[in-house]
Amino acid sequence: MAIFINETTRIIVQGFTGKIGSFHAQDMINYGSNVVGGVTPGKGGQTHLGLPVFNTVKEAVSQAGAEASIIFVPPAFAADSIMEAADAGIKYCVAITDGIPTQDMMTVKNFLRRFPVEERMILTGPNCAGTISPGRSMLGIMPGHIYKQGNVGIVGRSGTLGYEAADQMKRLGIGISTSVGIGGDPINGSSHRDILEHFENDPETKVVLMIGEIGGPQEVEAGLYAKEHMTKPVIAYIAGLTAPEGRRMGHAGAIISSAGEGAAEKVAILRELGVHISPTPSSMGETVAAVLATL
Amino acid sequence: MDIHEYQAKDILSGYGLKVAEGGLAYSSEDAVQRAREIGGHVWAVKAQIHSGARGKAGGIKICKTHDEVQAAADALLGKRLVTHQTGPAGKVCSRLYVEAGTDIVKELYFCFLVDRSSERIVMVGSAQGGMDIEELAVTNPEAITKIYIEPAVGLQDYQAREMAFALGLDPEMMSHAVKTIKGCYKALRALDVSMLEINPLVVTASNELVALDAKMGFDDNALFRQLKIAELRDKTQEDPREMAAADRGLSYVGLDGDIGCMINGAGLAMATMDMIKLAGGEPANFLDVGGGASAERTEKAFRLVLADKGVKAMLVNIFAGINRCDWIAEGVVQAVRKIDMKVPLIVRLSGTNVEEGQRIIKESGLPIITAETLAEAAEKAVQARNEVVAKEAAGEI
Repeated sequence: MAIFINETTRIIVQGFTGKIGSFHAQDMINYGSNVVGGVTPGKGGQTHLGLPVFNTVKEAVSQAGAEASIIFVPPAFAADSIMEAADAGIKYCVAITDGIPTQDMMTVKNFLRRFPVEERMILTGPNCAGTISPGRSMLGIMPGHIYKQGNVGIVGRSGTLGYEAADQMKRLGIGISTSVGIGGDPINGSSHRDILEHFENDPETKVVLMIGEIGGPQEVEAGLYAKEHMTKPVIAYIAGLTAPEGRRMGHAGAIISSAGEGAAEKVAILRELGVHISPTPSSMGETVAAVLATL
Repeated sequence: MDIHEYQAKDILSGYGLKVAEGGLAYSSEDAVQRAREIGGHVWAVKAQIHSGARGKAGGIKICKTHDEVQAAADALLGKRLVTHQTGPAGKVCSRLYVEAGTDIVKELYFCFLVDRSSERIVMVGSAQGGMDIEELAVTNPEAITKIYIEPAVGLQDYQAREMAFALGLDPEMMSHAVKTIKGCYKALRALDVSMLEINPLVVTASNELVALDAKMGFDDNALFRQLKIAELRDKTQEDPREMAAADRGLSYVGLDGDIGCMINGAGLAMATMDMIKLAGGEPANFLDVGGGASAERTEKAFRLVLADKGVKAMLVNIFAGINRCDWIAEGVVQAVRKIDMKVPLIVRLSGTNVEEGQRIIKESGLPIITAETLAEAAEKAVQARNEVVAKEAAGEI
């Protein structure tokens, strides 16, 4: 099962013929992802990496049966590309682009809410490493070989910290159902909570590792959801113990701007809500293993 | 990106917000000249630094004569002001804003900001202005009114009226208040403002709403389409190391510890800093070198970290995804050879081509301490730092 993507999911790449889009499209194809083409306005009808190029996402959906999309379009045009995908009937979209203006993301979120829930495209990112269902499909820019297939769901804001978690788990022989990057921006397509809901409904996922960081309310909202609606254990690590207040730590969203947004506060609240805490970033794998051992 | 009060007032007055008459001064002579031009008998001489709470830090002086204006200007110019928002280093005042005194009847709090939970712009106001809003949120949350704005249609008149009534404004002032509030919102949407705070917004004796202070922050991600705003950047108000990093495409935040860090990815960087702290050390900085860490970029990052003379050990932690450990290792070896490092270096590589990367480090013959895991890297960095400190204490360095 896994969530969002598997070996049959028909994928298109928006920003297909650009340098970055081409590089990662090839990497995804090599991994075994079912890439069926790409979109670059004005280059429709051409062939790139042996696959068809379309002018619009609508054409990619009607002619190639595209279901999922990955966006490598530059920040100034990325919001437009996301909305085009949603309108064309894409079911799942990953936005890799880093640097999309906040007001553009507000517009995107508002646009998505106009669709009835059952028809609404699921967006993850922007500013993320993407999503991978190990051994089946990769819709992202991660190094696929560090992920082992299995039963643990991962949701996280950070790319490389997610790699660290996957690597620790692989060393312990633990595999992953799907790993989802939700990105480091203040307004993102899906929240930690949204992804937990998908993992709760996925029969293959047994436990979920949530990798959060300072800033914003999403980790605590996810903790509340886990307590009230989840049967599966959730393990969390929150990065940024040493981050000072009011200073942006790389990610646009990683800034402590009000009470309860620091790492120590978030950890205390999550623990209270029954979430298992990985006390350090080097103990994510062990903590998952310990929880799995109790099932 | 933040701008100065005088710049914010200049922008907002273009959107219909009333501000007192004022002018910019770079010297005490300028300041007296501005006071003369403005006329009247009372002036506020205000330090222009990127921080709130300037009043408490002595950055705002009320003057009743030109001599007082001159003395206030002399006292403020070149002075380092420390507020609870600047950190202990404070910020140097090199510009003054001289403003006509305002006849205040009532002080209000008013702001717009992006609310991450609702993913909307929220308008926040309180009839209890002039004080710290976060303090008020704790002591008297009922005194704060929040109104969420639907992005597709924008701020509506009824919402502006609701805020005006919540602020306790006279019904006679309603159309003026609606115009003022909507003007601010318009500026916010047009200019990609991420935060706009007017504290205090005052009611004058002639029943006018006047912005006594104005603070604006802009979305860095949108500066590419706000070129006029980008020009307002005052580099003297920003950490020179952070500026230098930004110019090189690196993300750097200076901290108070002594273990320098170079890491790829913001989350892994924060996590590595956490590990240093848990191992008993303190990080000197946050530094994300990003995805494509070329040899050139690695060298720049090394120089940036080591420019902090307080650094006693340096930790490199790279999880290579798109990157390759062998490329990183070559960059590190090259940087160490070029820079002539005086402090111990700990390197942990993981991910793509890790064996090749480790071999390059080993065969370089350089005194680089290597680590396999995150925990081991942090422990070795703290240990190396402690050895340096012990040697220093013994007078060996």
